Amino acid sequence: MSRVLIPSVLRPDVGGVKAVDVDGATIGEVVDSLLERHPALGGRLLAPEGGLHRFVNVYLNGADVRYLAGLETKVDDRDEVRLLPAIAGGSGWE
Amino acid sequence: MKSSSDLLQQVRATIKEVTPEEADALRAEGAVLVDVREQVEWDAGYIPGAVHVPRSYLEQNIESHVPDRTSRVVLYCAGGTRSAYGAATLGQLGYTNVVSMSRGFEGWKALGLPTVSPTALTPAQQQRYSRHLLIPEVGTAGQVKLLESKVLIVGAGGLGSPAALYLAAAGVGTLGIIDFDVVEASNLQRQVLHSTSRIGEKKVDSARQTITALNPDVNVVGYDEMLLADNVERTIEGYDVILDGTDTFETRYLLNDAAVAAGIPVVHASVFRFEGQLTTFVPYVGPCYRCLYPTPPPPELAPGCSVAGVLGVVPGIMGLLQANEVLKLVLGIGETLSGRLLLFDALDASFSELKLERDPACPVCSDAARAARERGEAPNLAAYPTDAPFVLERVQ
Repeated sequence: MSRVLIPSVLRPDVGGVKAVDVDGATIGEVVDSLLERHPALGGRLLAPEGGLHRFVNVYLNGADVRYLAGLETKVDDRDEVRLLPAIAGGSGWE
Repeated sequence: MKSSSDLLQQVRATIKEVTPEEADALRAEGAVLVDVREQVEWDAGYIPGAVHVPRSYLEQNIESHVPDRTSRVVLYCAGGTRSAYGAATLGQLGYTNVVSMSRGFEGWKALGLPTVSPTALTPAQQQRYSRHLLIPEVGTAGQVKLLESKVLIVGAGGLGSPAALYLAAAGVGTLGIIDFDVVEASNLQRQVLHSTSRIGEKKVDSARQTITALNPDVNVVGYDEMLLADNVERTIEGYDVILDGTDTFETRYLLNDAAVAAGIPVVHASVFRFEGQLTTFVPYVGPCYRCLYPTPPPPELAPGCSVAGVLGVVPGIMGLLQANEVLKLVLGIGETLSGRLLLFDALDASFSELKLERDPACPVCSDAARAARERGEAPNLAAYPTDAPFVLERVQ
């Protein structure tokens, strides 16, 4: 099992929890397991053409998987996967 | 009883004096010039290459500056009197090759000989920045760097407020502040530059009042406008560091692209409720904002503070961490967050760090984009439309 850390903007789709433990030998499988359990996330993470939206970065133990093997990146037991979207909030230019 | 002029005459008879022209020739031959005037006189200008040993510390300190008692030494003061006494004193200490420069620094200047005018701290500044001056990594040289630095704060809001206050307090000499907004009651929960009495005032004017009251050393340059494609280049020109406190993606990309092209580091932070993200983008050294997030998320995935809310201290904490990055960049000390994304979670009181990479295909800061820019070509952003976000694809 690896632990997927959920950013607060996506928590409503996973029942409000900060982390979800899922199985999967690669980042792609981890995402599949996560979506199987929390299908509502699919609309947020998945691009219509398949794969994950690029405005959601995925880090494996602190390293961006784009510079590893993308969705094929191997995930070991007890690894930490972090989903991280860009956030807007700044100085209050609204 | 001797008068002071009798004493001086007597002392002069025991020493050798040279004219400023002769002193200049000795300087060219490698003589050590020792300025025996007071600190304030030294701070106003001195002879290039001179060492400063005030007359009152001459006996105590000369050995550390001129250990060899046979060295050729030229003492000078403002007019030639204090240096005459100083030369006699050095003679008593066993220095055998000492002369005093007659007519002093004033005579030197009158001949148009070269002088150095250091940027020095006034007594008021020495007092104000004394806690900085005590730190070896800052000291007078560092404080002068801060006073000569120019930092642009984009947005006088939640992030810009704490950053502006502490950068002003630190003595950053020029603070540019760009914000087109007016102060509203709902800002005051976190935007500590402003106050209740200034509701309805331009944020730029409110910021200037607060900063000037805190530290009159700071020159506040206000830009009461929105950062747009047609003003971004001229707005950021000449700044040493930019502090990004924007909260729209459009402005953030605009600022990123212009700052990379101008070679100016951007200290970025963004906040959401209890969380913050922070990093420093140093052009061509580390990644830029587009390397981190090539395209913006749709609005529903990235609501601003006005929609989602934010705990007031979160931009406070992140804004101060941004100010910390700015100070390190200006002083050239420590390790910046270039290539690292720092995450803060207020509920856990935890920090996490992620590793960021320069995207070799970045349309703005990759080597190819840089080469194209140097050839005078505009970056090709057509392949990066905001409505067709990048996709992390499965390898088939």
